Amino acid sequence: MTEHALEVEGLRKTFGDHVAVDGVSFSLPPGGSLAIVGESGSGKTTTARMLVGLERPDAGRIRVGGRDRSHVARGRATRLARAREIQMVFQDPYLSLDPRVTVAACVEEPLRLHFSMSPAERRARRDELLARVGLGEREADALPRRLSGGQRQRVAIARALATRPKVLILDEATAALDVSIQAQILDLLAEIRRDTGVGYLFVTHNLALVRHVADDILVLYQGRVVETGPTREVLAAPEHPYTRLLLHSVPRPGWDPARIAADRRALAAALKETPPSPASADPLRHVPETNSTERSAAQ
Amino acid sequence: MTGRLLEIEKLTVRLAAGKAARPILGGVSLHVERGEAVGLVGESGSGKSVTCRSVLGLLPEGASASGSLRVNGEDILTMSSTRLRELRRRDVSMIFQDPRASINPMRRIGDFVTEGMRAGGVPQKDALKRAEELLESVGIREPGPALHRYPHEFSGGMLQRVMIAGALAGGPRLLLADEPTTALDVTTQAEVVSILTRLRAERDMGMLFVTHDLELAAAICDRIYVMYAGRIVEAQSAEGLFGRPRHPYTSGLLAATPRLESDEPPHGVPGRPVSLAEAPDGCAFAARCAHVRPGCTEREPVHREIDGAQVACLRAEELIHD
Ligand SMILES: Nc1ncnc2c1ncn2[C@@H]1O[C@H](COP(=O)(O)OP(=O)(O)OP(=O)(O)O)[C@@H](O)[C@H]1O
Ligand SMILES: Nc1ncnc2c1ncn2[C@@H]1O[C@H](COP(=O)(O)OP(=O)(O)O)[C@@H](O)[C@H]1O
Ligand code: SF4
Ligand SMILES: [Mg+2]
Ligand SMILES: [Mg+2]
Repeated sequence: MTEHALEVEGLRKTFGDHVAVDGVSFSLPPGGSLAIVGESGSGKTTTARMLVGLERPDAGRIRVGGRDRSHVARGRATRLARAREIQMVFQDPYLSLDPRVTVAACVEEPLRLHFSMSPAERRARRDELLARVGLGEREADALPRRLSGGQRQRVAIARALATRPKVLILDEATAALDVSIQAQILDLLAEIRRDTGVGYLFVTHNLALVRHVADDILVLYQGRVVETGPTREVLAAPEHPYTRLLLHSVPRPGWDPARIAADRRALAAALKETPPSPASADPLRHVPETNSTERSAAQ
Repeated sequence: MTGRLLEIEKLTVRLAAGKAARPILGGVSLHVERGEAVGLVGESGSGKSVTCRSVLGLLPEGASASGSLRVNGEDILTMSSTRLRELRRRDVSMIFQDPRASINPMRRIGDFVTEGMRAGGVPQKDALKRAEELLESVGIREPGPALHRYPHEFSGGMLQRVMIAGALAGGPRLLLADEPTTALDVTTQAEVVSILTRLRAERDMGMLFVTHDLELAAAICDRIYVMYAGRIVEAQSAEGLFGRPRHPYTSGLLAATPRLESDEPPHGVPGRPVSLAEAPDGCAFAARCAHVRPGCTEREPVHREIDGAQVACLRAEELIHD
């Protein structure tokens, strides 16, 4: 049995008396690609933030490469080792880069922090990373404000790859880009995954995108997993009413927004009475309980 | 007071003379009939928002405009400011791209929604009653108490509905919707669109729907204009545009859009979108076009009609994109 790149069990987070993430479990095989989908406020970003240590879970386990990271890291070495393993790229390419730091320095920063390299080695690795994402010398010397949104996301990806992570989390990382540029970035990400074996966690509400980038899909609704499985199967035959609603919401010929609006309200009303329960015997496709390890291993 | 609801002819907008002087719209022509939903699509910086704002007479500071821009036959560009204000209050409304940036955070929702009505002389009490109905119709629960709340107490999706309610308060005949759903998730987007579609049918309102999402435009609109670098490069029925795109940029956009129903992965268009000021002589798309010929960089392609489509590409007749 191969080790998972990422394994999450019973993750939970509350803000005051609001439960943002509730009993979320899943696993990502090395080099796999999993999409976390759900409407605004469903807990996608909160889940991602717990994985990279920006938020502390109230309960649950997170294992990366088989190592547990549920407890607060003791010491700088452990903290750095954890940071190396999972990296994240955010949605807004205009906020995520320091406006005073050149592209070259921005990519060198994690190299300096995580590895002891000679300046020459560091420059070589930096250039390799920039070339990897299709940026050249001209861009390397530039400040972020001189770059387009797509170029900024390339910088963010290069920087995230600097530590050779096992998992890269992309939180709506292409949502702010023009479609012609989004497609370029998706091509690049596919190529990087093929070449380096990094695993992806796509956070998005765009199911059409998921169809083309993710092997597996996990649907969150009000902080809970309501359906999960191979992308192809889930999109072809969604079992949970919320997954069906998400699917119908994607604009296309014959799209019926009035019906979607009505379905959405009906679903919210129905689930107010009986909230989705992650561990119940709901007729969901693979209910991601504690046996997630076996299930993924069997795929 | 006759003529088309909206008719824009050869609209060119240039920024003020001096250092920043540059053109941002280059001869845009488009029209919207009563009760019609028309899409305006294109990537960021192509000039969609500038086009919409010009219809309200809102040009960038010091900018000059040529061409014509008529609403019900009246030219916006030569209109008195009094008449323009009246037009904005009664006939033409706009839903702006970013609700948080365009609703005053210090004022209550009720003030925002009733603003135009009060300016038009509607008594406060009647205006508030009407505002409550409007909030209800856009799906805000407890509309009465909502009138007394402030913008920060609403999520992005809810605030966008408040803006729609405000835009509809004057009973406009023309609605300019500038990416009204770009900041929303897909289910909320569907809800907002259902509200707009219903109101359009109920009031025979014309709508110019701006988006960079071709699938969304096709699902809502009768006709679609595609904009690139400050110019319209193609105009067609929504069906025609998908079935038989005529301009290489349109087919590039279609190929780049991830599809739920297709195994074909999205393909990028090489290069990046340019603004009109950056655009070289000849066809602005030439640097990214797979079909470019030497002649393309010499003359600017003019619009021609081919099988019911308006296309500005020198090779439109020979190229078939499937
Ligand atoms: N720091 C915080 N304090 C209080 N509540 C929070 C905080 N962060 C998130 N929440 C709440 O937790 C829930 C989940 O938020 P989260 O940001 O994870 O949603 P999301 O699925 O990423 O949504 P979106 O698609 O809008 O990005 C929401 O109800 C949100 O309001
Ligand atoms: N107020 C303004 N002052 C100067 N330039 C502007 C202003 N508004 C828009 N522009 C420029 O006009 C072009 C078109 O912008 P815009 O209409 O906002 O594009 P879109 O809405 O299609 O993304 C861009 O190059 C933009 O920088
Ligand atoms: S005019 Fe030439 S460069 Fe421009 S779109 Fe047509 S073929 Fe391409
Ligand atoms: Mg989020
Ligand atoms: Mg705009």
